[in-house]
Amino acid sequence: MTSWLLLAAAGAPEGGLFDLDATLPLMAVQVVLLTFILNALFFRPVGKTVEERESYISTSRAEAKQQLAQTERLETDLRQQLREARQQAQATIVAAEQEMDRLYRSALAAAQAEANGSREAARLEIDSLRKQAEDSLNAEADRLGDLIVTRLLAAQ
Amino acid sequence: MVPLPLFLPFAELEVGQHLYWHVGGFQIHGQVFLSSWLVIGALLALVVAGTRNLGRDPRGVQNLLEFIWAYLRDLAREQIGEKAYRDWLPFIGTLFLFIFVSNWGGALVPWKLIHLPSGELGAPTADINTTIALALLVSLAYFYAGLSRKGFRYFEYYVEPTPIMLPFKIVEDFTKPLSLSFRLFGNILADELVVAVLAFLVPLVVPLPAMFLGLFTSAIQALIFATLAAYYIGEAVHEEQH
Repeated sequence: MTSWLLLAAAGAPEGGLFDLDATLPLMAVQVVLLTFILNALFFRPVGKTVEERESYISTSRAEAKQQLAQTERLETDLRQQLREARQQAQATIVAAEQEMDRLYRSALAAAQAEANGSREAARLEIDSLRKQAEDSLNAEADRLGDLIVTRLLAAQ
Repeated sequence: MVPLPLFLPFAELEVGQHLYWHVGGFQIHGQVFLSSWLVIGALLALVVAGTRNLGRDPRGVQNLLEFIWAYLRDLAREQIGEKAYRDWLPFIGTLFLFIFVSNWGGALVPWKLIHLPSGELGAPTADINTTIALALLVSLAYFYAGLSRKGFRYFEYYVEPTPIMLPFKIVEDFTKPLSLSFRLFGNILADELVVAVLAFLVPLVVPLPAMFLGLFTSAIQALIFATLAAYYIGEAVHEEQH
């Protein structure tokens, strides 16, 4: 390497592979300038755009997640309400059925009691009428018997 | 180094020939600056075209620029770390883009069509001045990064984990720019030479695989340079957990 370097330097004072001159610092300055220009024109604006998009996406995603959670909460809430309403309706139906049953039974009982009462009254009336009739028949029979006895006794 | 024994009419190899400009008593390599201005112009044109109307919904060139940005950001973040990478992303990214476009420009643009009085146009990174400039910038950058972040505690890095490491770490400060610059210079120059020699010997078809290999090498070299630069900066700003 060394001999080659020497050869390149010695063999061609004007030129050579390893010909270092003012190109080096000027190129360095040029690259530094390019860095600042590219920073202003490329890295900063593109980075800003990408990061803005990323934050936009993350906030939208967070919002969507929040909305989804809210929807789910509402859904469970409504489901709960629906279930409660169903239970309430069921309870009302059962209560109404029981009430109706009770009313039916009481009405039936009342009607039966009334029927029994009037049958009893009728029976009593029939009994009293029968008794009367029997009494009057007995009295008639007694009288007729007495009359028969009297007539027989009178005929002798 | 320069003269080849063969003199064929259709192709010739020029190595180490430069187009000299004289600026204020200094000599500079004109062909390097011409091609680097083309490279910088192409970069700026791409960037300006892509960032003219940045929107939340990327369209057109903005997609490409965002892809490049994200790629470079990942590179810088991985090597430098979450805390400091933002400060150094423009530097690392500029190194990568400049080297990448230089290398590919050297391989893809038919520079031979432009005749210069002396020397020939090519990748700016095939000139040792450019690569040493870049490597020295990296050295300055990591020293600055370490000193600005940690102050003089930065020099603790030289005696960690044991003081035995001190001479090796000092030597490293010299070998880092040396290896960075010579790796890039050697690869790009060798690629151009291989293609030129093959084209010189067999002008048709045969140089094509070497050209494709050259494109691959060029991209890899840009990635290696940027990754190593970021790694050195990351090493300098790294905080030991005590």
